[in-house]
Amino acid sequence: MSDIKILGIESSCDETAAAVVVNGREVLSNEISTQIPIHTLYGGVVPEIASRKHVERITQVVDLALKKAGTPPGEIDAVAVTYGPGLVGPLLVGVSFAKAFAYAKQKPFLGINHISGHISANYIEAADLKPPFLCLVVSGGHTHLVRVIDYGKYEVLGRTVDDAAGEAFDKVARAIGLGYPGGPKIEKEAKNGDPDSIEFPRAKVADHPYDFSFSGLKSAVLNYLNHEKMAGHEINRANVAASFQKAVVGALTDHAEMAIDEFGEDKFAIAGGVASNGALRASIEALCQRKGVKFYRPAPILCTDNGAMIAAAGYYEFEEGVRSGLDLNAEPGLML
Amino acid sequence: MRILGIDSSGLVASVAVTDDDVLLGEFTTDYKKTHSTTLMPMLDELIKMLGIDIKTIDAIATAEGPGSFTGLRIGAATVKGLAYALKVPVIAVPTVDAIAYNLYGSKRLICPLMDARRQQAYSGLYRFDETNEFVVKKEQEPEAIKDIIDRINIADEPVTFLGDGVPVFKDYIEKNATVDYDFAPAFCSRQRAGAVASLGKKYFDREFYTSAEEFRPVYLRKSQAEREREEKAGANA
Repeated sequence: MSDIKILGIESSCDETAAAVVVNGREVLSNEISTQIPIHTLYGGVVPEIASRKHVERITQVVDLALKKAGTPPGEIDAVAVTYGPGLVGPLLVGVSFAKAFAYAKQKPFLGINHISGHISANYIEAADLKPPFLCLVVSGGHTHLVRVIDYGKYEVLGRTVDDAAGEAFDKVARAIGLGYPGGPKIEKEAKNGDPDSIEFPRAKVADHPYDFSFSGLKSAVLNYLNHEKMAGHEINRANVAASFQKAVVGALTDHAEMAIDEFGEDKFAIAGGVASNGALRASIEALCQRKGVKFYRPAPILCTDNGAMIAAAGYYEFEEGVRSGLDLNAEPGLML
Repeated sequence: MRILGIDSSGLVASVAVTDDDVLLGEFTTDYKKTHSTTLMPMLDELIKMLGIDIKTIDAIATAEGPGSFTGLRIGAATVKGLAYALKVPVIAVPTVDAIAYNLYGSKRLICPLMDARRQQAYSGLYRFDETNEFVVKKEQEPEAIKDIIDRINIADEPVTFLGDGVPVFKDYIEKNATVDYDFAPAFCSRQRAGAVASLGKKYFDREFYTSAEEFRPVYLRKSQAEREREEKAGANA
């Protein structure tokens, strides 16, 4: 069987990214152009600005990915692009570019679910990983606990009913004056704090044990800050960051444990931007050791939004014969 | 020289292919469907119908803006994907100029109006001189409809209005215009990729073109977040 080279394109939020991946596993290039410095000025991602930046960067990023891979555009077997979920303006840039490029090069073209991409980042990291396994996807926009039944086939056990975990990080970071992006900043601050200094609640969703809720936790942190301020107490940012992080990691780990116990899979993976959080990695890894389950986690560069994960997911769909039409639209609310 | 023209700046989606002075084909729709679902299928239909290979395109002319932000970025990303893959230059044509170019040979003033919301239009003022040279009397910009009509009244010359702003501002024009005016007929009253390609050819002949990498849409307006941030900075200064 000859090698299949997929060009993966991702532009669902604030990273313009493209990559070339062979057979869903071997990364030849993985280019990411981040917009974080611009959005930091606004305390979060501004969709209109993000969309415009994607337009400015997309050609250069794809060109770099192809050049670094040493792959002329004609040698690509298919183009895979994120078509949802995400911000509609940014998504449209990647989808429109990918469609036009694939059409002009007369190559097959596939729309890929962004969450499926995050999960598939694990195939790149670990050559031995094959479905079935359990996966916790945690990022700025998503929190999903998923059973991976086969390549590209998923059973969603639970998802967040309000804020995504990463969103809670961003909001709490803003409230304690750490700024955007909240994930890495809270993690850094938490290193100097006592995680047991403040008791924040771990919310459960009635009747849906696998679903997540983080808005209650976020409110609890805001209430705590308000209360302390009214009482004239100095806020210990490190303690707030550490205690908040512990509550999030605790809720995610509790859910993971429940799924391992119920479904008995012997492999557990994490994925998404928040999967680079050291406290979360350590907690899930310890859980997996305790349960005798093999733990998988992508390198941080594959946790953040990237094109390689889209190419990896694209490979398995390509092999299944999946193709998208030229009328493919962006779907900001696409479900897994 | 074979030029592919594309315009998705407004409600209209339009693609055309020209060979020098001949329009080989044009596909134009004015239908409330997002351009991301129509533009590429229309291009594919047109290329198939013409029986040509997309690789025979020498350059892509596109309406650079202003227009709907979403329409402009679908068009820009599509043009970039095509031009990068085909290794051809991009000819960026001002949207309002291309709309005016529809009325080639007219002896009247030409005033395109694109609805820009907030009682404003993206507009400009154009004419064809005695030798049919296209003259830009006033460059495209977003402007209050009142200012546009005041200027036309002062010019005191016959004028033709066209563009998707006509139905929006028709009442205002009828009440306030003191000059002889009319409205362009259906076949040339909106964006047409044939006009973009034709005007694009003139730009290309003057070596006025760019690349897939460098091309940027011309929004003529900043995002709301940028405007608010600047206003705040201005207030604090």
